[in-house]
Amino acid sequence: MITFKIKRYNPEKQAEPYFEEFQLDVQDDLTLLDCMNEIKWTLDGSLTYRMSCRSAICGSCAVKANGHAILACQRQVRHLVKDDDTIVLEPLGNMKPIKDLAVDFKPFWEKIDKVKPYLQPKQKAPEKERIQSPEQFKFIDDSSTCIMCGACYSDCDVLEVDDNFLGPAALAKAQRFVQDSRDEKTLERVKELSKPGGIWDCTHCAECVERCPKPARPFDRIKEIMTVALEQGVTNNNGARHALSFAKSVKSSGRLNENIIPVESVGFFNFKGLFDLLPVGLRMFFKGKNPPILHKSIDEVEDVKRIYRELNE
Amino acid sequence: MIKHDVVIVGSGLAGMRAALEVCEGLDVAILSKVYPSRSHSGAAQGGIAASLGNSEPDSWEEHLYDTVKGGDFLNDQDAAEEYVKAAPRVIYELEHFGCVFSRTPDGKIAQRSFGGHSKPRACFSADRTGHAILHALHEQLLKRSKSIKIYSEWYMHSLVLDGDRCNGIVVSDIRTGAVEVMQARAVIFATGGYGRVFNITSNAFASTADGVMAAYRAGIPIEDAEFVQYHPSGLYRQGILFSEAARGEGGYLLNGEGERFMEKYAPSRMELAPRDIVARAEQSEMDAGRGVDEKDIIHLDLRHLGEARIMERLPQIRQLGIDFIGVDCVKDPLPIQPTAHYSMGGIPTDKFGQVIFDAEGTHVRGFFAAGECSCVSVHGANRLGTNSLLEAVVFGERAGRGALEYVKTVGHAPVNESHEKTKVLEQFEGIFQRDGKESYNDIRKEMKTIMTEKCSVFRDEEQLKVCIDTIKKLQERYKNGKITDKGKLFNTEIYEILELGNMLGMAEIIANGALNRKESRGGHYRTDYPKRDDENFLKHSLTYKTDKGMEIKYKPVVITKHQPAERTY
Repeated sequence: MITFKIKRYNPEKQAEPYFEEFQLDVQDDLTLLDCMNEIKWTLDGSLTYRMSCRSAICGSCAVKANGHAILACQRQVRHLVKDDDTIVLEPLGNMKPIKDLAVDFKPFWEKIDKVKPYLQPKQKAPEKERIQSPEQFKFIDDSSTCIMCGACYSDCDVLEVDDNFLGPAALAKAQRFVQDSRDEKTLERVKELSKPGGIWDCTHCAECVERCPKPARPFDRIKEIMTVALEQGVTNNNGARHALSFAKSVKSSGRLNENIIPVESVGFFNFKGLFDLLPVGLRMFFKGKNPPILHKSIDEVEDVKRIYRELNE
Repeated sequence: MIKHDVVIVGSGLAGMRAALEVCEGLDVAILSKVYPSRSHSGAAQGGIAASLGNSEPDSWEEHLYDTVKGGDFLNDQDAAEEYVKAAPRVIYELEHFGCVFSRTPDGKIAQRSFGGHSKPRACFSADRTGHAILHALHEQLLKRSKSIKIYSEWYMHSLVLDGDRCNGIVVSDIRTGAVEVMQARAVIFATGGYGRVFNITSNAFASTADGVMAAYRAGIPIEDAEFVQYHPSGLYRQGILFSEAARGEGGYLLNGEGERFMEKYAPSRMELAPRDIVARAEQSEMDAGRGVDEKDIIHLDLRHLGEARIMERLPQIRQLGIDFIGVDCVKDPLPIQPTAHYSMGGIPTDKFGQVIFDAEGTHVRGFFAAGECSCVSVHGANRLGTNSLLEAVVFGERAGRGALEYVKTVGHAPVNESHEKTKVLEQFEGIFQRDGKESYNDIRKEMKTIMTEKCSVFRDEEQLKVCIDTIKKLQERYKNGKITDKGKLFNTEIYEILELGNMLGMAEIIANGALNRKESRGGHYRTDYPKRDDENFLKHSLTYKTDKGMEIKYKPVVITKHQPAERTY
């Protein structure tokens, strides 16, 4: 017997959400969605969630199970139960619940819209197909597997504190066009994506890679856009400057120069930005947390330099 | 009352392609009971057919012949000819839209072999071709968001028909329960199929005959409903799809004795015979006790393809096997069985997507249909794999263009809003107020079970009569059902009940059509009439709703280039 502890919410009846428990005798090979359906169809018809294809391709049935977003149709229940034979189900995070496990995807789709999610091709179309090599296809193969289920968006740590962040799904969608050999707006795209709310606001926690039910792996795609942005010389922004300064510091000394990185990140002539750093710096100073004024290299700095050389920087 | 020039119901490949065609200069709405990118077209895996000739020389003539032979000569050949001729152009157009395709070493769209096709004709994107096209069209829809309004999570209840003219639809917002009339100069249905009437099916929960039944209730016949395709490789018990591409890439089918049994049934094409033949072969093996472990299981064996090829060409299938049953097809064979997959029948249309009332081709003015919900009929009695995505795109475009031309000639016709709305509100109230005893879940389960048991790969008179009788009893019990959620907010329960009502109607139409067709042809096989009977049944069936129940009439098959011949593989 498995206990499903489900977060219920119906503002028509009660303003606050609450947990309700359902018990099911579960056969071995049932998916979580099978169980949710069993609960809805035999125990409580008012339980509300989305579902459609039940083969992990439509992206409808993402929910939080035991605190993490998953596709309900894709996972067998026996892999999800905790030691006490319970599973906790909640709606996806970072979006407003509408009823029970269904959330409002509006902000999700608005952010997809913001990355101009369509091909902006080179020249006029030829008579037949545009030529694209298997190697060029490979660049967009993974991102094109995204099913827009919102699992990454739900569990993204940045979105939790910053509504303005485009989020992993929209950025993965953006990579799909940034690296499509048929698209000609690469530079415009990476410029746009380098603005606040874009690629450089990702904190590299890689939670989205853990949550992605497909090979789309948004953080990997975000890193690819970052690479293209630097290659295209789109470096006049805090994020790119931070990345470059970071790499430079490690290369020259084997460790981070925490005095220089913030300054290089905001830019030497960005007086307002530098001024904004002051209070933090002062507080650190008075608490004795400031890094040493004289930055020292690590002993094995030559090894680090060799790594850089071998990786061709 | 909501007002648009053109309203499209359904946002899979056909619906979205229609929207792109019709949106120039018009106020267009597209309605989906899910969200457009969640439509079931996305579940199509293996490919989309076109005689591009990118890996072997090919021609539309060969594509036509394969399609007609695959359809057991019930196809309307004039429509099928225009359809296969249009194929290369629409594929190039999808590519130009940005659709992601797998490529040949020289950068062209890659093509692979598929059942019933004599040439490698399936253009593909690994094993998620439907998904790739669906998202490419969705991208184009977002690009044109100023001229196309998307109504996500809205449900279509009924057609507003005045004589022979369609003036709109009645809809409701699933999230709020608000009922609205949508007045339109033209309506396009792209509502998909109805595989959910079966227990073992590859179809999404959304494939519930809503569009087809709305047309039927409005007095429009359903064509060739008896022809349902059972796909040979559904996951055992779950029914979800393992693409035919697995066999296109060289996969074997093995019975419980480890034999490649297709040698007995289609020696020249083996595993790549058309689906109706492979599904029957599998069922015959299982019925003879040669299923794996003596269960209704056949093995789909891909091990000899090797991990590299599987990861390149069939990565999704591998993952599905691992996630859903813990079987890695690199190391072990996949357990499969036939699964209800596709409806060849549907709302009758002419070759321009315009809906017709009768065998004479009388138009329903302002009403168009495309994709699986329609019956043109390009597939005849059995559809070849990869021909359905093509149909959705070709006829989506045609229906869109048809609607565009049509609305140039007419304005909005008056609609009696309160009358139309009241009918739906009364239906809602009826379900809410019913203090019934029956469980809708039991009714749904029994319908699905009886359809899979009695109206599946093999059929006979006795079983079909039992099936129809059972469905009729279920229809009565349905009137005495009990709902638990009586709220308006996002009430998915009441929509499932409405869908069940549609499916109970559709199940009876399918079984009745199957009982009436006393021959075996394509996807319809009668053990009591095992031969094709061209003398009596080389014709399309049209099922009408009448006061006395169902009435079946007929429509001749259009035969141009290919006279019916014996069908062997």
